Amino acid sequence: MRDDGSRPETGSSPGGMRRAAGALESEVLGILREAGEPLSPGEVRRRLAVGLRGELSYSTVVTIASRLHAKGLLARQRAGRGFTYTPVDEATLAASRMSQALGSGTDRNAVLSRFVSGLSGRDARLLRSLLAGDKDAPPGGRDRDEEGE
Amino acid sequence: MWLLYLPLVIPALAGAAARLVAARLEPRQATWLLTCGAVALAGCSTAALALLAAFAAARAPALAALGDYSQQVMQRADPISAAAGAAAALALIAAAAAVAVMFRNRARALAESYRRAARLDADDGIVVVPGPAIEAYALPGWPGRIVVSGCLLDRLDNGSRAALIAHEQAHLAGRHHLFAAAARLAAAANPLLLPVARAVEYTVERWADEHAAAVTGDRRLVAETIGQVALLASPGRQRPAGITLAISGPRTRPASVAWAGPVPRRVAALLTAPPRRRILLLAAFAATVLLAGGAALEAARDLHALLELAQASR
Repeated sequence: MRDDGSRPETGSSPGGMRRAAGALESEVLGILREAGEPLSPGEVRRRLAVGLRGELSYSTVVTIASRLHAKGLLARQRAGRGFTYTPVDEATLAASRMSQALGSGTDRNAVLSRFVSGLSGRDARLLRSLLAGDKDAPPGGRDRDEEGE
Repeated sequence: MWLLYLPLVIPALAGAAARLVAARLEPRQATWLLTCGAVALAGCSTAALALLAAFAAARAPALAALGDYSQQVMQRADPISAAAGAAAALALIAAAAAVAVMFRNRARALAESYRRAARLDADDGIVVVPGPAIEAYALPGWPGRIVVSGCLLDRLDNGSRAALIAHEQAHLAGRHHLFAAAARLAAAANPLLLPVARAVEYTVERWADEHAAAVTGDRRLVAETIGQVALLASPGRQRPAGITLAISGPRTRPASVAWAGPVPRRVAALLTAPPRRRILLLAAFAATVLLAGGAALEAARDLHALLELAQASR
């Protein structure tokens, strides 16, 4: 499985690329787990360079980190203009898998009380004008609303 | 014998009135009234179907022999046609099947929710999930959990977080999923009650909204939180809405939210004064339910009287 670790950037076939990406993801995850503190992509890259033979570009590390974040494996905090990343602990991972599982199936959904339901385009417009109108001219707006009923 | 059809028609009336009740009545009152009304009406209409089928079946010779009553009297006096009886029997079977399926599915979903809630350990009942999703929901259980995505929490200020948590806590503490499930079961028994079930799903949201408003002491804050989260959760709607808003200009106000989806109605309700008790509306709805019950009871007495007559003239 990990025999392609020595040539992470040179995968010529698409399959090779994908395997290389998977290996890099687990490498990044491993570094963040060992670190025990939030790391920026730059710091991850520096530690990665020690372990791997080839140097990775900064943007590759950012891509990998944001992909891991999208998968729910990393949490990120804003730091300056970028983000720092921390691995997600096991309990939270379990919770996230659960919410993905619950998200499927209408009856499972019906049992959950969601904070908001979906919006149609018309609803979104209405919502914006409700909130904007109320903020701009609270007394006038409200009076007209009540007359309308 | 039109009385027997009354419990079948009244649910349509209740369905038409449900949205008005949900919009005007204080949410907790509305939830109780609509849920109890739906269950009672479903019971009445099911009883009416059973009676219709029973009236028609009573003319069968085999039943007459079994019940030891005069089949001739029954044939002459029975007000229900065989076709109506058969239709009622079919509707009864369909209703029973629909209720059974709905009950099984809800019970399963609820059991799964309880299992999963038990597996999550959270000291204050709040579980923050990672990932890019914008979501927040209450997971019924013993105890129930509130699940919020970290991505959503990041975008809310402290006041909005408090409003969101208070809203979900109200769902768990009030066992709102049981109201919704009861109303849905009633609607499975009689599809005319579907608008009532949807109204209950709306009033429990309003109930939780009003609770959040009471906890935070700020109705506007709760309204803005709902609006903010709803717009965040449907990102596809943001840009077109912005464009249309720019074209139509900020001066145009929405004519009415009465026929909009639940989110704008909830926000509009929070931006106006808190709901008052409306005894008249409450009484009118309760009276309608009682009327259905009375009609079903009266029809049952008629059947009983008819059977006694047939028995006496044996």
